[in-house]
Amino acid sequence: METEFAIIGGGVVGLSVAWGLLKRGRTVAVLDGDDGSFRASRGNFGLVWVQSKGMNQPRYAQWSQQSAAIWAEFAAELGENTGQTVPLQQNGGYDLHFSEETLQATVEKYERLKAQLGGDYPFEVLGHNALRKEEPHIGPKVVGAILHHQDGHANPLKLLLALAADVRRMGGRVLTGKTVTDVDRPDGFRISCADGTTIEAGKVILSAGLGAAQLGPKMGFKAPIRPQRGQVLITEKLPKLINRPSLIARQVDEGGIQIGATNEEVGLDDRVTQPGLSRLASEAIAAYPALAKAQLVRSWGALRVLSPDGLPIYQQSPDMPGAFLVTCHSGITLAAAHARLLPDWLEGTDAAPDLEVFGESRFAVS
Amino acid sequence: MNPASPFLELEQGPRVSVTFDGAQLELPEGANLAAALLAAGVDVLRHTPVSGAPRGPFCMMGACFDCLVEIGGVVRQACMVEVSAGMDIAKPRGDADGPV
Amino acid sequence: MDQFDLAIIGAGPAGMAAAQEAAGHGLRVVLLDEQARPGGQIYRDVDRAGSLRGDILGSDYTDGRRLTAGLRHDGIRHVTGAVVWAIEEGFRISYTREGRAAQLAADRVLIATGALERPMPLPGWTLPGVMTAGAGQILLKQSGVLARRAVLVGSGPLLYLIAAQMVRAGTPPQAMVETQTTADLLRAMRHLGGALRGWPYMLKGLKLLAEIVRARVPRHTGAVGIKVEGDGRAEAVRFTSRGRSQRIACDTVFLHHGVVPNTQAARSLGVAHRWNADQTCFAPVLDRWGGTDVTGIFIAGDGGGIGGAKAAEIAGKIAALRIAELAERLTEVERDGHAVPLRAALDRELAARPFLDAAYPPCAEALSPEDKTVICRCEEVTAGKIREQARLGCLGPNQAKAYGRAGMGPCQGRYCGLTVTALLAEANGRTPDETGYYRIRPPLKPVTLGELAAMEETPLDKAEKEITT
Repeated sequence: METEFAIIGGGVVGLSVAWGLLKRGRTVAVLDGDDGSFRASRGNFGLVWVQSKGMNQPRYAQWSQQSAAIWAEFAAELGENTGQTVPLQQNGGYDLHFSEETLQATVEKYERLKAQLGGDYPFEVLGHNALRKEEPHIGPKVVGAILHHQDGHANPLKLLLALAADVRRMGGRVLTGKTVTDVDRPDGFRISCADGTTIEAGKVILSAGLGAAQLGPKMGFKAPIRPQRGQVLITEKLPKLINRPSLIARQVDEGGIQIGATNEEVGLDDRVTQPGLSRLASEAIAAYPALAKAQLVRSWGALRVLSPDGLPIYQQSPDMPGAFLVTCHSGITLAAAHARLLPDWLEGTDAAPDLEVFGESRFAVS
Repeated sequence: MNPASPFLELEQGPRVSVTFDGAQLELPEGANLAAALLAAGVDVLRHTPVSGAPRGPFCMMGACFDCLVEIGGVVRQACMVEVSAGMDIAKPRGDADGPV
Repeated sequence: MDQFDLAIIGAGPAGMAAAQEAAGHGLRVVLLDEQARPGGQIYRDVDRAGSLRGDILGSDYTDGRRLTAGLRHDGIRHVTGAVVWAIEEGFRISYTREGRAAQLAADRVLIATGALERPMPLPGWTLPGVMTAGAGQILLKQSGVLARRAVLVGSGPLLYLIAAQMVRAGTPPQAMVETQTTADLLRAMRHLGGALRGWPYMLKGLKLLAEIVRARVPRHTGAVGIKVEGDGRAEAVRFTSRGRSQRIACDTVFLHHGVVPNTQAARSLGVAHRWNADQTCFAPVLDRWGGTDVTGIFIAGDGGGIGGAKAAEIAGKIAALRIAELAERLTEVERDGHAVPLRAALDRELAARPFLDAAYPPCAEALSPEDKTVICRCEEVTAGKIREQARLGCLGPNQAKAYGRAGMGPCQGRYCGLTVTALLAEANGRTPDETGYYRIRPPLKPVTLGELAAMEETPLDKAEKEITT
């Protein structure tokens, strides 16, 4: 099989990039794993989020802002094309605080970032009473919140579904159940899979999440990616209880309250644990006491795809020109940017966004 | 015994008052709540949050979660609960407005 | 946290027999069960109901009192009303009892969680008034509640048992709509040898049938095109039998086409399962002692493969012998000696099974439902949606779950899992083993956030969350 672009990884990141390239008339083949693969696309929290990102790298904050700003239009287009609505609410989101000290410290960090961004960082601080007007179910232990107006949340599974449908509709070839074992470049790229499938491609994009850690070095990348476990809870469907999402909890469009997430360095272990569940439940109840009576119906562990500094990596291979590493922790937030802005960078056009700071040169050789 | 019920009860024991969605019912004390409601002629215990479809007990063994009711603010399986005096039973939250 | 040599999940025949056997060899045993009284589903509430309506239910039911009596032993702690929602390494078992979460620890765990009714997604199966045949039996056993106007739909011995019990109670079913055909029976004849060895079962079956015939309950075999009709509740069953389209009015429909292992707890521990083509279901891979590929985890009874109550009892004892040996309460020689007569008895119990599996196969139209039929009762996902998801590249049920929510509801896929696997396997031209099953995770049953939070030991440090959101 021959294609202009081969994308290794059929999660939200890979499919978003595929979607953008297909829209430009490129031929694209996506190689996707199997039903049991580690899939951050199925386990993420679903925030389209700006605040707290890029505290030490304003360009990352800005990149997240750029994506959030074009997300609604992107979601609407997917919905129109496929008939699969992607629920999205961008009415702001909270960082809830249980102590004045942490609230104040965070506000100071945000103020610094805001200055670096030329003032484009629309947040406000709500004290307990102001917050209670917005969120009548907020608990007494919450001293206040930072409401960031560029934040929101989406249904990440509907996004995945709509992308899967639209990529196919536009003629993208998606090969499922594939494990890529090797990528070499005798002339163009040749991608070999465990089941014997080979694909010839003009360019290759590695967006295989944690899989990039193994494949990346074969393609000339450092790919210093590690897993970090997040356990997530979801309750039975409830009447409206939470208006805006926070890092602690959000009410999903189907009615359940989603609660997250732990940050655990446990390698490739995506199990849930009773202590993890209890910790998250306790925090959620502190934020919204009415949740004490809610039934937890499901929980899961998913593995974040993290670089050492938590920022995305966008890098063309120095050894294999035409091979690109595209990986990030925030595949949902950045989906719109990956679909609409990244293709220019992949094709090296004049409109390419400046992604210099996301290159691998930032990782010192150890 | 409720002659309007599609179900027949073989034995008659002491009964206690409970309410289901505000209506008073006399159910056998200590009986399986789902069975007692069926025998009392109550066959719709909830409406689904997805489509609003009516549902009643299905498996009677705690596996299907179709007989969910709200007791004391907590949603529970009626087939896993015993009838006790004064029980205030309601269709689960999220039910009133249909899909939430 | 209390520590035991053995924790047994489920107080049905396998769990009760295993508890008695293990305690008899000196093990400290905890038996956790969701019900208020022991018996499992087959002997549900037998201590109470056996004396009230033993005549209707028959001696196969009242026989369960022999097992419940065996639980009165100093080495057994029977925790009633305990809903187990997590089994973790160690083993640490979390459960809810009387609205509170609790935990205990055990060196080994025997999963004896029995069977579930095979999901039977037919048009109208979600209507109030439609229940499983097992539910009908539970209503009768535990509560003495009988359907006045019921139609029994499906196939298999349990259908005849409940029909006969309804006859004895004076409320015979309106009709039996049976899906098995004469061709199925002929195919089953190749297992006749086994059937003859298992003759007591066959004889019981014939007696039940005679009771049903004597009560003039109409039987319609080879039924196809079955649907339950009704506006807001079940009002009639429509079907075609022997070329004739029929509609039978009723208030209650009892569905049944076999039972399948309840694999939730075992799957949550990562126990390997394999497709059993004869029984059209997944079953855990077990060694001859009920041991799994997860060290310390054992399975006995219908949860390990459908064999019925008597076989479950024997399998429970066999597993207990191995566990007692591992706990150094028995030598290998003693263990094997005790096991010899049990294995012989188990062979006899299972002899008729291949014949029954072949003579009463699952209802084909419920294994591959029409597009419009809801297959996930919780999230109301149709068979057509699953087929559509297969076209979007879903190889297995976990991607399908992500795409369309099948299996995400509170039942956690118990009543859609096998259907989703079957639909995807069919659509993708792959085997059920290649297709796989839902990843089952705690909580095995819903638990309130309040209960979970009450188990929290250390206060939260929220600050660390902010790095990676």
